[in-house]
Amino acid sequence: MRRSLLDSLHGPLTEPAPAPDAAGLAELAKAVNRAARARLGRSLSIRQVDAGSCNGCELEIHALNNAFYDLERLGLRFVASPRHADVLMVTGPVTKNMREALQRTYHATPDPKWVVAVGACAADGSIFAGSYAVEGGVKDVVPVDLHIPGCPPNPRQLLAGLLALLQKVA
Amino acid sequence: MALLDSITHRRTVKPHRPWPRVDVGANGWTQAIDLLTQGRCTLLGLWGDAPMVHMALLASDFRDIAVVSYACEDGSYPSVAARHPPAGKLERAMRDLHGLDAVDSPDNRTWLDLGFWSVRTPLGKRGKAAKPKPYQFLPVEGEGLHQIPVGPVHAGIIEPGHFRFTCNGEHVVRLEQRLGYVHKGIEGLMQGASLDKAAKLAARTSGDSTVAYSFAFAQAVETATQTAVPPRATYLRALMAELERLANHFGDIGAICNDASFAIMLAQCGILRERTLRAAEACFGHRLMMDAIMPGGVAHDLTADGIATLHALLTEVRRVFPRLVELYDSTTSLQDRTVTTGIVKPDYVRQWGTGGYVGRASGRGFDARRLYAPYDSLSFDVPVREDGDVNARIWIRIREVEQSLTLIEQIVGALPAGEIQTPIKTIAKSCEGMALAEAFRGDVLVWLRLGAEGNVERCHLRDASWFQWPLLETAIEGNIVADFPLCNKSFNCSYSGHDI
Repeated sequence: MRRSLLDSLHGPLTEPAPAPDAAGLAELAKAVNRAARARLGRSLSIRQVDAGSCNGCELEIHALNNAFYDLERLGLRFVASPRHADVLMVTGPVTKNMREALQRTYHATPDPKWVVAVGACAADGSIFAGSYAVEGGVKDVVPVDLHIPGCPPNPRQLLAGLLALLQKVA
Repeated sequence: MALLDSITHRRTVKPHRPWPRVDVGANGWTQAIDLLTQGRCTLLGLWGDAPMVHMALLASDFRDIAVVSYACEDGSYPSVAARHPPAGKLERAMRDLHGLDAVDSPDNRTWLDLGFWSVRTPLGKRGKAAKPKPYQFLPVEGEGLHQIPVGPVHAGIIEPGHFRFTCNGEHVVRLEQRLGYVHKGIEGLMQGASLDKAAKLAARTSGDSTVAYSFAFAQAVETATQTAVPPRATYLRALMAELERLANHFGDIGAICNDASFAIMLAQCGILRERTLRAAEACFGHRLMMDAIMPGGVAHDLTADGIATLHALLTEVRRVFPRLVELYDSTTSLQDRTVTTGIVKPDYVRQWGTGGYVGRASGRGFDARRLYAPYDSLSFDVPVREDGDVNARIWIRIREVEQSLTLIEQIVGALPAGEIQTPIKTIAKSCEGMALAEAFRGDVLVWLRLGAEGNVERCHLRDASWFQWPLLETAIEGNIVADFPLCNKSFNCSYSGHDI
């Protein structure tokens, strides 16, 4: 019964991954550590932290798991705890109310670790910069290795950024 | 009988459109609270505009809306929450932001100010922040109880907030939420902003409802300035709103089932969501349609290619979705998790004026689309159920998907020709406007006052979540901890929209 319900609903949907983001590669060139590269192999565990986003970035990060982008085939996966993570993927202008939580999450992540700031707000606060309630970009609170621009970045831009990270560090 | 007939008021404030706003004294304020406690109306909003407090009311038959305003002469006003609990969080937020104090308030704790800002009451008379007092959660007493603190950083790809569970074994005895972590000070940034910047801020109040917020903001500006928008733009706005509703409902239906470990629904619904977002991008240039609606019209016209894309989307959804609904309906192990889980009582929904699928799954049939164009010339049903559990909230979404499909068909079929933008009329003096828009999760309210220069003097944005979050605390009571993700996802409240 279940089989007949879903049989041939779709053909294969997963699309070829984009090329690694060139700007991201250049930004990362500084941050690479050969020893870390050897330890990680070609796989990275990602912990996502919303530090004040409007939730638009989260929607597109979620989309990375759908059948079209299928993030896990590339060796990238989302994990539930910073203690399991190699990468923190941080969105939002960092609000004053989230500053401490973000710092504590950063310190809970074991070395070697990388921070990816996702979206226009994570770069410099974007439209929320200057608010009494906003600290600024992610780099104002924790060190950032890679910025992925966009409001929000679409899943292909996210993939291209993450592939640059994978190519450089793993 | 109109709401204001029962409220003693001094004068009608002009210009405030489209619904009246009146100044009241202590007497009129009390009468307005009487109407709330008698169930003759629900609270649509309560916000500060120092030294004023505004309270928006919606008649219980949904036919009348009015705003009453009380001047806080000594920085205080008679508490609404003292007699009508739904006002509680709004009063606490107002104290944090504006420094306006609710006299006899049942709860004097902070709400949005978590003690990290350098200023006190940022939207009122600013002062230097004092050293914060430790936050006291509500007391829970009894033998064998334990607490589970969760958040603000959660395990999934979701927004931050803190949940404090008190449990007896597996059963949740009390859940208390603490929110405010993603407070960005949007209403502060709005003050003095140009219309262009303010529209962008409104669009980023809650990213999943960006179309609904842009729609409501644009309507508030247009009604304040008496700018008539071309009919084609109005239709295109509704088209975007229905695409947004489809995408979110697909995402939610899949994600709720996934929280009961039924991952195939997430995978299948994720495909429909992605196809919807791609259609949105093809038609309007952005997957979430951010900034596609602005005051005066819309940014992108729909082309013949766009129409073809929409027809292809409708065909695909109609081919696939009914089979997913059948799969949901015929999987007993999944139904075992969703049926009778997380029941929201119809009385609470009526008292809180809860909108969206949370309200409609528990018997309250309010849908703000009944109030504005172009929905007055489109035909659609508002599904309502009485059972109020996770299953009911899934079924409301399923029925709303079906309604959105027919709406998209009607809109494309009846799309008027003509312009898609018109300039906002210049105004000679300050004016006020208010609008509601039905986001996928419920009605959002935008109220604003424009200055004579055309800039925003004050803008208030009220998400549907304000009247949903508190009911999640009631829905989980007596359920097991493992069912919380299921209940929470079936609500899918906005943190960002609530925390503003």
